[in-house]
Amino acid sequence: MRRAVIAFTAFLGGLVFLLSSPAWADGEALKGTLQNQGQPVNGVKISVAGEDGKPVGDATTGADGKWEMPVPKAGTYKVTLDQSTLPPGVALKFKDRATLNVQVYDGSERNVLFALAPAGQQDGAAAASSDSSSFWDRVAQLTFEGFNLGLIIALAAMGLSLVFGTTGLTNFAHGELLTFGAMCAYFFNVVVGLPLIWAAVISVAIGGVFGYGQDRFFWGRLRKRGSSLVAMMIISIGLALFLRYVFLFFFGGEGAPYAEYNAQPGIQVGPISAAPKNFIAMGIELAVLVVVGVALLKTRVGKAARAVADNPALAASSGINVDGVIRIIWTVGGAVAALAGVMLGLAQNVSYQMGFQVLLLVFAGVTLGGLGTAFGALVGSIVVGLFIQLSTVVVPTELKTVGALLVLILVMLFRPQGILGRRERIG
Amino acid sequence: MDWTTILITTVKASIGLETVVYALAAIGINIQFGYAGLLNFGQAAFLGVAAYGMAVTVATFHLPFWLGIVIGLAATVVLAFLLGIPTLRLRADYLAIVTIAAAEIVRLVFRSVKFSSVFGGSDGRQNFSGDFFAMNPYSPGTYGIGPISFNERVTWVLTVGWVLIAIACGLVYLLMKSPWGRVLKAIREDEDAVRSLGKNVFSYKMQALVLGGVVGCLGGFLFALGQASVQPDLFSTEFTFYAYTIVILGGAARVFSPVVGAAIFWVLLVFVGNTLSEAVSAGLLPSLFTVNNIGAVRFMLVGLGLMLLLIFRPQGIFGDKREIALDAR
Repeated sequence: MRRAVIAFTAFLGGLVFLLSSPAWADGEALKGTLQNQGQPVNGVKISVAGEDGKPVGDATTGADGKWEMPVPKAGTYKVTLDQSTLPPGVALKFKDRATLNVQVYDGSERNVLFALAPAGQQDGAAAASSDSSSFWDRVAQLTFEGFNLGLIIALAAMGLSLVFGTTGLTNFAHGELLTFGAMCAYFFNVVVGLPLIWAAVISVAIGGVFGYGQDRFFWGRLRKRGSSLVAMMIISIGLALFLRYVFLFFFGGEGAPYAEYNAQPGIQVGPISAAPKNFIAMGIELAVLVVVGVALLKTRVGKAARAVADNPALAASSGINVDGVIRIIWTVGGAVAALAGVMLGLAQNVSYQMGFQVLLLVFAGVTLGGLGTAFGALVGSIVVGLFIQLSTVVVPTELKTVGALLVLILVMLFRPQGILGRRERIG
Repeated sequence: MDWTTILITTVKASIGLETVVYALAAIGINIQFGYAGLLNFGQAAFLGVAAYGMAVTVATFHLPFWLGIVIGLAATVVLAFLLGIPTLRLRADYLAIVTIAAAEIVRLVFRSVKFSSVFGGSDGRQNFSGDFFAMNPYSPGTYGIGPISFNERVTWVLTVGWVLIAIACGLVYLLMKSPWGRVLKAIREDEDAVRSLGKNVFSYKMQALVLGGVVGCLGGFLFALGQASVQPDLFSTEFTFYAYTIVILGGAARVFSPVVGAAIFWVLLVFVGNTLSEAVSAGLLPSLFTVNNIGAVRFMLVGLGLMLLLIFRPQGIFGDKREIALDAR
């Protein structure tokens, strides 16, 4: 039974459990690892007290950022991080979370997580002062961050929307294209040791090949066999699960940053403070979106792609090679998604779940803009990005995604065809 | 390689708590997807609101257990209406996207720090199953045949679970033989034809969504009671995907196929998982496989299995190919 229980918790508690599961030692204990942007933080004092406030003991993090404190019995404990022992430049991400109440169960070790961030970047730092000028500063800052996120979503959404428009496939495995790109860049950057820029170029190329291969050897074959759209949607879920666990298998469950551009000092531009990497990333994203957009409008292939998205049968009868166009869309979509993944990895850490986590936002952007329209996806994604970041003015940061997903549902209710979509698509 | 342990845990998995919970969730999905052709990818949310509805009523507000069950059921019905009203008039994939988004919303709210005084954050809620186990008719001890036995608490949970499965299967059987069920299947086949016969398609779809959600939410109650705790991450979107795998494995639009599918799914998952981890600790696999990453392999196999099933045998084990609702509408 015990074995079955272990097997089951590993699955259910998801991956956190899966990866920290060998901790079935005897004796109850509290433990944790302090990290700031992927780097261990040592010499921080953490004190543990019982529910009644009686101290149990103190622990100090080691060079690897780890600390551990055995406790006498199962029960609830107060764990306090002594903020004065944090190294300069590092602060708690949530100021009011210096003391945590945690429950320790019989015979198990309990991981305690304190989120750290570089000083000045923690949540609520700007909200602490509430005079009007800092409010507008905060809005400006959040608008900038919203564009940053929105552009990444837009890169992903463009491919998803075009694939949907041309083949009708709602591809739940599109998020894994992002993760694939980020993982490739991580491999070439951290394991091989190339500069990140070259690693990004290589991974965008591989992402394109991956997209091409998926259509050539998988989705194209399925279309030929006459698999229905709902079947293909569920197949894409299977593919997403498969790829995600392949990434987990090779990469592990922990997020990891690239080797470069990690703790860039921020620069101040007007009311906005951000690391230079953000400006450059946004510039690249914008340039790629413009290039793809112009290509869709002006080139022969782009016009053909829009024609196929509009009406595949009519496009085929006017002499367009529909399969060829779809293959080009998959290739470009894969490459652009890989770029989005690299950028996402730069903005946060590379992890095996990153693509899946952003996928729902991509869906929100695509539906908001109108399923199947290329430019609608762009508009919708930026709206979603802005909405997510700006909503943190009123809702807690941890719930910002909830707002965006609620908007998705409301759009369905009032304008199901999206901003730029047309009525007939929704039928 | 300890084959005895592997075999015992595998046999136990075939009737264990996971099988019961997933079978109930899958019966619900079978009503929605198999019979009515609705793509509800948020089944985890239905189980989640039911489990949390009960747990929060009892553990946070210290109200009676049966009131908790009523509130859990009510929450499920409300959720079904909230999801159904905007999407059931639209094409199938819209419902899929909205339900999966709703499931994430529900999970994020349950695990948020903001509402942790009610839902308990990522730790969830405990201490609500006392009344349920107080009804346990089994006296302390183990029940079963030889090594395949459970203690009195697990036996009680499993008894209730299998009785509920039997009732749910009976209900589905009778409903699908009734005129109501025939309309539902007709909607799956051709919505416009049914509409032209004067039936209110939207209302039938909504009834199917609510009914499937309520059957699934019974699994949510059992999940919470069987573990004596609820955690938000139990109700992730992957839960729903596994339940779909079960429905498709067994064969959609068949009364018993979700139950058989759940048993086969868990038997395979536990067997493969245990065999692989035993093989790793016995040093039989290449050093690429470690104790830490071996768990990922069986879920890769789930994904692979789902793909292969849909490509080569979309009707599953018992299904009828002509009855599979795989045409987008």
